[in-house]
Amino acid sequence: MTDVLNPPVHIESPDHGHDEHHGPTGILKWITTTDHKIIGLSYTVTAVIMLVIGGAFAEIIRAQLASPNGNLVSLAQYNELFTMHGSVMIYLFAGPFAFGALANIIVPIQIGAPDMAFPRLNALSYWLYLTGAITMLSGFFVSGGAANFGWVAYAPLSNSINTPGAGADLWIGGLLLTGFSAIFTGVNLCATIFYLRAPGMTMFRMPIFTWNMLVTAILILLAFPVLTAGLVMLYCDRHFGTHIFSVAGGGVPVLWQHLFWFWGHPEVYILALPFFGMVTEIIAVFSRKPVFGYKGMIFATLSIAALSLGVWAHHMFTTGVVLLPFFSIMSLLIAVPTGIKMFNWIGTMWRGQVWFSTAMLMALGFLFTFLIGGLTGIYLASPPLDFFTHDTYFVVAHFHSVVMALVLAGMAGLYYWGPKITGYLLNEAIGKWQFWTLFIGSQVFTFPLYILGLEGMPRRVAVYAHDAQWKALNDLSTLGAVIIGVSTILFVVNVVVSWKKYPAGDNPWDGHTLEWFTTSPPPHHNFYRLPQIRSERPTWDYNHPGHQALHHGQHDEPSQPAPEAPVS
Amino acid sequence: MLTPALPPQGATVRARRWRRLRRAVALPLAALALSGCTVPSFGASPGATSSSKSVYHLWQGFSIGAAVIGALVVALILYAVLRYRRKGDRIPAQSQYHLPLEVLYTVVPILIVFGLFAATLVVENKEVSNPKTNVVVDVNAFQWGWKFTYPGTNALVYGQTTQNPEMVIPVNTNVRINLSSSDVIHGFYVKAFNFSRYALPGVLNQFTIRAQNTGTYFGQCTQLCGLYHSLMWFRVKVVSQSDYASWIATFNNPTAEAAAKAASKTTSQQTASLVPSKPSSTKFGR
Ligand code: HEM
Ligand SMILES: [Cu+2]
Repeated sequence: MTDVLNPPVHIESPDHGHDEHHGPTGILKWITTTDHKIIGLSYTVTAVIMLVIGGAFAEIIRAQLASPNGNLVSLAQYNELFTMHGSVMIYLFAGPFAFGALANIIVPIQIGAPDMAFPRLNALSYWLYLTGAITMLSGFFVSGGAANFGWVAYAPLSNSINTPGAGADLWIGGLLLTGFSAIFTGVNLCATIFYLRAPGMTMFRMPIFTWNMLVTAILILLAFPVLTAGLVMLYCDRHFGTHIFSVAGGGVPVLWQHLFWFWGHPEVYILALPFFGMVTEIIAVFSRKPVFGYKGMIFATLSIAALSLGVWAHHMFTTGVVLLPFFSIMSLLIAVPTGIKMFNWIGTMWRGQVWFSTAMLMALGFLFTFLIGGLTGIYLASPPLDFFTHDTYFVVAHFHSVVMALVLAGMAGLYYWGPKITGYLLNEAIGKWQFWTLFIGSQVFTFPLYILGLEGMPRRVAVYAHDAQWKALNDLSTLGAVIIGVSTILFVVNVVVSWKKYPAGDNPWDGHTLEWFTTSPPPHHNFYRLPQIRSERPTWDYNHPGHQALHHGQHDEPSQPAPEAPVS
Repeated sequence: MLTPALPPQGATVRARRWRRLRRAVALPLAALALSGCTVPSFGASPGATSSSKSVYHLWQGFSIGAAVIGALVVALILYAVLRYRRKGDRIPAQSQYHLPLEVLYTVVPILIVFGLFAATLVVENKEVSNPKTNVVVDVNAFQWGWKFTYPGTNALVYGQTTQNPEMVIPVNTNVRINLSSSDVIHGFYVKAFNFSRYALPGVLNQFTIRAQNTGTYFGQCTQLCGLYHSLMWFRVKVVSQSDYASWIATFNNPTAEAAAKAASKTTSQQTASLVPSKPSSTKFGR
């Protein structure tokens, strides 16, 4: 029977742990490490730098659009800027931040494992990612400039006639490298979650974040190889005359779109599910309640993943060559499990004790922003409405509501888990300023874009000379982007100001899951001891005996099962 | 859940509550019905074609749904965070499951989704149907401009970037557009039609528009196509049927004939070489 009062199981005592001080130190240690926490930290720092770089490109884009005939950058440079903005944000920030940084640090600890299943492969993933990022960005330094065909690289614009420069090849190469990095991380996460769970951690006692990372990893394994194959074909078309995507040689340009989006739509969920997982954990902890509808939420995640493999052509409604009703209903149906999650989050807070820490505020900001992005996504699943808004700023607004929600969730994750890995809290007052600027900035940035899209402003245009009256709304959006920029600066300020100032202790938030049971930062192999695992909240059960989750129908304070009478 | 302070006393209380509920639902609905066509536009506009008006109504329908659901969710979130904000160190009841509620918020969205899908199908089938017509325009997109030819006539309009080539079509007539591209993918988008379609190399995309208002409408390429994508503009001029006939007639002279012949030859050659089989067309969509 459930008995969380048992003394913790000692699995490794401090003096017997193989400590790192046998190995190299300093920079050599960083380069040679296979410790998932250090690799995860490298991922975090690299991904946040990518967020800043991608954000800087965005600010230049917005500055260019502040006037209808802007000449801050040339037409050619503008194409490079939005291409690299989208590419850096999607390929080099959002994905690696989710499944490289936080999953790497948190998943092994949440399941009570000493490290990832394949620590060296894990290190390889990071170095592939870093190399890929440098490769892609180095396009700016070659003649002809960086890739300029949009982050989706549609054929035949991306062939060697229309885009001859080396920047495009560096883009392909960089993406191949980060793609392999993602695939290896996917393999690693699957193996870790399937084989390295601590005794007692059954599948349905895994925290939601770990569940979401498992589903993400499976999606990575299903989707990324298709992208890799597509990129190889594209490269062959560019350099070896294969004509896979060229009409003149008997090929089919739209095939590229199918390959790209067969990866690209699952990718949306590969990006989103980890952040959903973070928010779920954070809302539960800061409401002091278990996740409402835990099992239903897992099934919602699984059905999102399954559906996401069958909706790719909703990005291609206006090609005129896809079966509209099928992709429309599949896309609309994704709203159902997504809605379930929303109600799970609300149900978790219901009758809880909601604590407005910075992490929780960021998570709440996610809920609102994601709600807007989710609702506007439903329009786009309807082909007639997509014909109407496709390739206008309405779409840009829709997916920025979603990605800004993910940025909010990612910040929530940093405020929540950062102390675990550094041992120090961030300043809450600056954190709240950062939250309000990020949240308000996101809305001020996206809201005018919805209207501009409906008024017919196409995306990826450097000038809108024909419709100069759009300037006012564009300026408002630019103002929002500036406010977002301020929030990013506040984050950097906060890291500097709080540097080693506020020791966190092992469990600053009264956490639920195993990572809050060990020290901050955790020792080399993560645990000196483990509690008994009898639910998805082992640390909570240990700290609050008598407050286990209630079954349906139990509404009062838990009535402890009467201790079994000793047989005399 | 709000539990009433007093237990309901039999049928009268329940009936009263039911009446109150009915009034609460009926009033806004009645107000909506009375206000007639003043359903808000939600940022869109009816546009100039028969399809664009259907799209507009679909937009309004989706928007009402989104507004209601969005307001409900925002209200629930705000209620939860304000009502249950932390007041002390008391540990709240650790309830986790409520099956009826979970079923409710699964089934109701499914029903809503199928409603939206049904509405989508109605508009979509109208939009992608290609009724018979004898006004046909071959629209050819290229880097960075547009060419409009009218099979069976000598009419030809051609222009690059901001030259704004003008496609002339008659009002209240079904006009078949045969859309093709000579190089990369372009997007044929006219704001006033609430409609866009890709011009794909190797594919002949067909659709029908029926303009209901005369006027000149701005159009623009919406699919990134290289350097001058921002400036790949055109116009659609909807004129009366007699004006259309006389416009076509202005091309009846030897120079225009020669130009049109040359242009249509390249277009038809292109079409023939690019399209392996006849354009496919299924009942529901293409
Ligand atoms: C500081 C916040 C941000 C601002 C101000 C911003 C601004 C913009 C703007 C104005 C565009 C449209 C450019 C155009 O079509 O001409 C754009 C495109 C895009 N953005 Fe952002 N963005 C921000 C954050 C993000 C984030 C966090 C992500 C992803 C995680 C992202 C992903 C994209 C993508 C994929 C595109 C499409 C690029 C393309 O059309 O090829 N953005 N962004
Ligand atoms: Cu174009």
